[in-house]
Amino acid sequence: MKKIWAWGALVFGLLYFTLPLIGMTNFSLKMRRGEYSFDAYQKVFADPRFQETFSYSVMQALFTIIFGVLLVVPTAYWVRLKLPRLRPVIEFITLLPLVIPAIVIVFGYIRLYNTSSWLPLTGSLTGTNILLMFGYATLALPYMYRAVDTGLRTIDVATLTEAAQSLGAGWATILAKIILPNVLVAVLSGAFLTFAIVIGEFTMAALLNRPAFGPYMQLLGANRAYEPAALAVIAFGITWGCLGLIQLVSRFQKSAPPKA
Amino acid sequence: MSFLSLTSIKKSFGPVHVVHDFNMNIEKGEFVSFLGPSGCGKTTVLRMIAGFETPSAGKIVINGKDQGSLKPNQRNIGMVFQAYALFPNMNVHDNVAFGLKIAGTDKSEIDARVKQMLGLIKLEHLADRFPYQLSGGQQQRVALARAIAVKPQVLLLDEPLSALDAKIRVSLREEIRQIQQQLGITTVFVTHDQEEALSISDRIVVMNAGRADQIGTPFEIYNTPSTRFVASFVGTLSIIEGKVADPAAGAVTIGNQQVALKEPIAGMKGGDSISLALRPEAGSIAEGATGDTSLAGQVVSTSFLGSVIRTRLRVGGDVISFDMFNNPGVAPPVSGDNVTLRFAAKDLLVIRE
Repeated sequence: MKKIWAWGALVFGLLYFTLPLIGMTNFSLKMRRGEYSFDAYQKVFADPRFQETFSYSVMQALFTIIFGVLLVVPTAYWVRLKLPRLRPVIEFITLLPLVIPAIVIVFGYIRLYNTSSWLPLTGSLTGTNILLMFGYATLALPYMYRAVDTGLRTIDVATLTEAAQSLGAGWATILAKIILPNVLVAVLSGAFLTFAIVIGEFTMAALLNRPAFGPYMQLLGANRAYEPAALAVIAFGITWGCLGLIQLVSRFQKSAPPKA
Repeated sequence: MSFLSLTSIKKSFGPVHVVHDFNMNIEKGEFVSFLGPSGCGKTTVLRMIAGFETPSAGKIVINGKDQGSLKPNQRNIGMVFQAYALFPNMNVHDNVAFGLKIAGTDKSEIDARVKQMLGLIKLEHLADRFPYQLSGGQQQRVALARAIAVKPQVLLLDEPLSALDAKIRVSLREEIRQIQQQLGITTVFVTHDQEEALSISDRIVVMNAGRADQIGTPFEIYNTPSTRFVASFVGTLSIIEGKVADPAAGAVTIGNQQVALKEPIAGMKGGDSISLALRPEAGSIAEGATGDTSLAGQVVSTSFLGSVIRTRLRVGGDVISFDMFNNPGVAPPVSGDNVTLRFAAKDLLVIRE
């Protein structure tokens, strides 16, 4: 009897999750009257704004990932190595972007970095792009930090550091050659999550008036019927592709954690 | 002048004093073991030599150079850790080559040196393996090769055998000693296993509560322990409590029996309490056993240990352990037997606190 309930709950969950997706995918294929086609997808891919916004968001995602890795890996490493008592504080700080809405963060940015401030980042396109990248890095911080911290937990950070130091390595070498390669899978997990967040983010890009993929999806959704559904399927595919890549890179890990 | 000298080293973590006024001089090529129980400060002293901890006071000099201002990566010290600490992302070759690459050594020279090191530890055939593909013993041998590849001025071994099983521990400690002698590296070895320390060291420092209780050769440490702690920690000495009967004659009363020590008891007067120690191999209850001194007692228990039988004998308020070789023709004593333990007066050691 218990098994029936368990199977029932599973089927209900799967239907709850997949039915809207199936419906959306079905709708996105019905642009041509009376038959299934990829017309909506062709239109989306052919739209120069799609190419422009998608490539813009991809570039933003790449810079966000690079910045995030440079910020989070040394921080998480240093906290684990030298400031373990501060871990709860750092964890709390990294969780803040989950409870502070993106709109609050972006209004804060605009207020702090407007053209009449001491650092007028919004006064130029490059400055605004950098500001948006910082915003994305903040939004991705909870995921990136947790991924890296979990990776660091699997290795004996203190002993590996001391072993490298005794062999003459400095901090930069230790981070680049010992720590980063050993948490690479975790870093890549954080990177793919960051990529998925940046690709779908709307609020920050819209309020900073940058041509990102999120605002484009919203714009298309407000004016067209079938293309938004196709776009949603594409965005969903990208997210799932990222999750699949996380699984894939995990399998390529050459090493196992050292025995304690 | 000594090659490695530790002068008045102190270390405190907040209000806790971990090392008190530690002094030690180690000669070039010497193998010195720090022996003591957990928390005695032996690893802290080792970590101060490596530069991972900063002494609260005192001076560490290696080859005439004060190490105080040097960071760990500037000291040219090789270290082997209990947890192996091989870099999981590198294979055996790259692990051993790591320090040489950091030092900017030529690739051809690195390859030759790595080959030589792997030959030394007899693992040339595993150069392409990753750490997780090696056994514990193999990992620790690679860690040793990695540490000595850079030709360190001092090699530090922090309980390198503790995580290994008994058989590998014995073979690897012999291997470590052989390699150390072959290369003539000044080595400091930290262990809590007295057998390990006794078997491979030139000298042993027995540490207790942050202090060096006794420094000496394994022979001296085992045979003439200078404190109660050393006597109880190294080997299986029996501590016997007695009263000084006649200091000039070296006479001591144990229970209701009197024994005479080899020498007069200095600094004590009649009636003072005195602690004596006797090694298990020093006494015998066999018929015809020699010895100028004897104590009568009652057998408490016997333990069969294979080649020897350890018997525990109650004498006065104390229990004395002694070993006798296993002889299939002679039945071991049984609990309750009254026997006489014979030994030489020179084997009865006076122990200070």
